[in-house]
Amino acid sequence: MKAPTTHERVVITGMGIVSPLGADVETVWQAILAGRSGVAPTTIFDASTFPTTFSAEVKDYDFRRHVRQTARHEACSRSSGFAIGAAVQACRQAGIDVETSSPTDGIDRTRMGIYLGAGEGSLDSDAFFAAIIAAWNPETREFAWPNANRVVFEQMQAAKELEQEPNMAAAHIATLTGARGPTRGCLTACAASTQAVGEAMMLVRHGRADVVIAGGAHSMIHILGLTGFNRLTALSRRNDSPETASRPFCASRDGFVLGEGAAIVILESLTSARKRGATILAELIGYGSSSDAFRVTDMHHEGRGAVQAMTAAMADAAVTYRDIDYINTHGTSTQENDSVETLAIKTVFKERAKQVPASSVKSMLGHLIAAAGAAELITCVLAMRDAIVPPTINLNDPDPELDLDYVPNVPRKRPVRIVMNESFGFGGQNNVVILKQYSEAREKQP
Amino acid sequence: MESARVVVTGLGAVGPLGLGADLMWAGLCEGRSGIARIRAFDPAGLPCELAGEVPDYNIQDYVPRKYRKSCKLMCRDIELAVIAAQQAVAASGLVTKAIDPDNVRIAPARMAVNMGAGIISCEMPELAPAMAVSTADGRFDVRRWGREGLDHVTPLWLLKYLPNMLACHVGIIHDAQGPSNTITCAEASAHLAIAEAAQIIARGDSDIALAGAAEAKVNPALMVRQILLKRTNNTCNDRPSEACRPFDANACGSVFGEGGGVLVLESLDHARHRGAKILAELVGIGQSHSLGPAYAQLEPDGQAVRIAIEEALDDADIDARRLDLLIPHGTGVPHDDLAEARGIQAALGEAIDRVPVWPTKSMLGTTGAASGALDTIAAVQAITTGTIPAARNFAKAADGCRLRIATESVRQPIEHAICCSYTHGGQTAALVLKRYDEGATE
Repeated sequence: MKAPTTHERVVITGMGIVSPLGADVETVWQAILAGRSGVAPTTIFDASTFPTTFSAEVKDYDFRRHVRQTARHEACSRSSGFAIGAAVQACRQAGIDVETSSPTDGIDRTRMGIYLGAGEGSLDSDAFFAAIIAAWNPETREFAWPNANRVVFEQMQAAKELEQEPNMAAAHIATLTGARGPTRGCLTACAASTQAVGEAMMLVRHGRADVVIAGGAHSMIHILGLTGFNRLTALSRRNDSPETASRPFCASRDGFVLGEGAAIVILESLTSARKRGATILAELIGYGSSSDAFRVTDMHHEGRGAVQAMTAAMADAAVTYRDIDYINTHGTSTQENDSVETLAIKTVFKERAKQVPASSVKSMLGHLIAAAGAAELITCVLAMRDAIVPPTINLNDPDPELDLDYVPNVPRKRPVRIVMNESFGFGGQNNVVILKQYSEAREKQP
Repeated sequence: MESARVVVTGLGAVGPLGLGADLMWAGLCEGRSGIARIRAFDPAGLPCELAGEVPDYNIQDYVPRKYRKSCKLMCRDIELAVIAAQQAVAASGLVTKAIDPDNVRIAPARMAVNMGAGIISCEMPELAPAMAVSTADGRFDVRRWGREGLDHVTPLWLLKYLPNMLACHVGIIHDAQGPSNTITCAEASAHLAIAEAAQIIARGDSDIALAGAAEAKVNPALMVRQILLKRTNNTCNDRPSEACRPFDANACGSVFGEGGGVLVLESLDHARHRGAKILAELVGIGQSHSLGPAYAQLEPDGQAVRIAIEEALDDADIDARRLDLLIPHGTGVPHDDLAEARGIQAALGEAIDRVPVWPTKSMLGTTGAASGALDTIAAVQAITTGTIPAARNFAKAADGCRLRIATESVRQPIEHAICCSYTHGGQTAALVLKRYDEGATE
């Protein structure tokens, strides 16, 4: 293997988002600065009898608005549709040609990769449920497989089945962009798209690609997704007030709010971005990844893995806890995450822990699961651009145990030069990336 | 960094030819088929009733005593990953928490887990009692499900089926606290997971990685998916062992199955320092993406396969003529095999006449995400034993296929072997492995 001696600086040259707060970057950012919630009663299916009746849905969205050649995308899953819109926006901003066989943007397609933390497409639940019902005899409690086989075979459709595979969002983006470089996809639950961005950064840094289209897409707002999270008692049940349900770091927090969406960023080597004259939005300077290796059901009580990932990311970025101006937390609004994350921040940030603003935009966006980290990364870039820290809304009754500066309810003007973005996944994957305002001079390395 | 060299020091494999890398290798050398009529469920009514299934096992035998309670949270995909990882670690001589909790000889934070996984289909009978109380006029009623049915679903149900749980259980069992990733790129997952793990070690973020994949496709939903995508052989239910015929003129589809494969990867320095037995070196990684006219078929000219192989050879800094073995993805689906053959032919050029090509799926079936892991393990075994087994179910090459399929078993030193894989959807990968010579100077 070629030794990873190349050390390219990695910059962000484009961003795109499809989210519960809107389907373009500026709309979403304005909603966040206004402290608006994207949470409302669930409409995708009838969830009125579920323990949780609300979610953060993407509304009034049609991927066809973003593409001319729709035929190749017609069968796409809900989340792949989100990915298409986010990717087209990001490519446009970065000056990457889409839907052409002869791009003139100066990027060699074999040097352009894709790395998504993308979820599975929704199950064909009509067919799946009908098959179970046809096969099950409640009296004998026997399952007649041939009945299930028949229903599945008769009702499922080839294209819909293929589009459920989690690698398909990347397939659509490759079709749009002609990307032929290294492509990977990962699905590490709520940490997936931060992990995708981190590993994609490594592909660019070590010279395996010039450009990687990175990010995530996911929708688990479907019957079995809601069932699974409700049974885990992970979701808020504040059915009488959906828009205040996502309340990270509040004493009365009672679970996360299931959301959906996609977020894509264009990662590019500084060399390539300069050569093309692309506008540089931010620099990605550090990535840290770890595993709790503790329990599949719980985070490590002291946030051992979170601390390790934060520490590793700072070491990779050659910064210390004194250099971080803002922490974009995982902040899910579950009792466990917000307590453990606070503890981990205190461990890492020591005497500065209460001084560094640490907010959760999940209070407004909900939890986009695999897409969450990349969506939040975009808010970090905008925070640096506009010198304003996004708030944690619904923070009206602080938890006495949780005493960091969560930027309650209103955004705060202040210079933001270096940001830490945290994502922790169900099962113990911890991923942290560090971003920096772009400046031409390379600062001293340790 | 002293060295970017990454070596293989342990293998674990479960698949249709048995539970254990040595059993799999023995079966492959005998040319044994692991394909049979489906046992996991009654396949009556499906056009293809065949699969490659793992022989019976008891998962409790493969986890530490203290972890046995957690087995109820494992779907079959997770079990296969856990077994393969246990075997790989045991074979490597590493002393993890699972091997001896009182005498751990690894640094937990320096050990990564990088597993490929498929989309996991939940078990139908498990949901049946909940479904049964959620019907109106014999049809599913979502309001009843929300009110009543849902309460019949076991509380931790979701955790059994999240793809990242393969790596999570493996990480917990062995106390691997380094990076943990789950690659979900269908049949290219294993090669991509191994590639990423190697890059993590090469850049110095871990010393050891458990890398591979597992998947169990033997259930109606996932089998029907392959049937609908026209990938299965529906003509051979009475002749299971002849059903999967990669690159053969009489091929008419693949057979699907289940498996798990894990490799212990280590930095050369770490392996040497602990005196590990080094099985092979991973020397080349290539990746690309296919851009076909249809997602359900590999692009006809196999461009991405060509690019991935060329990149892997470039990464390994060798010419195609120095390859002694190529394990293709070769599923037995004629148009995909032909496209892959074209890609390989383009990448190898004149070397196409001398490089032996040995497809394994005639014996193992297409084991989804696991297939690339089983192939990589087989490549390492070919290198360590200096053996290329004979291909099974290959009589006459399909039109347009100029690959030199290994029809006779040969014993010869294998210096370099390459494995490749692709997905419908596009991700394509190739890995080059090299014989490790203890005495050689760097």
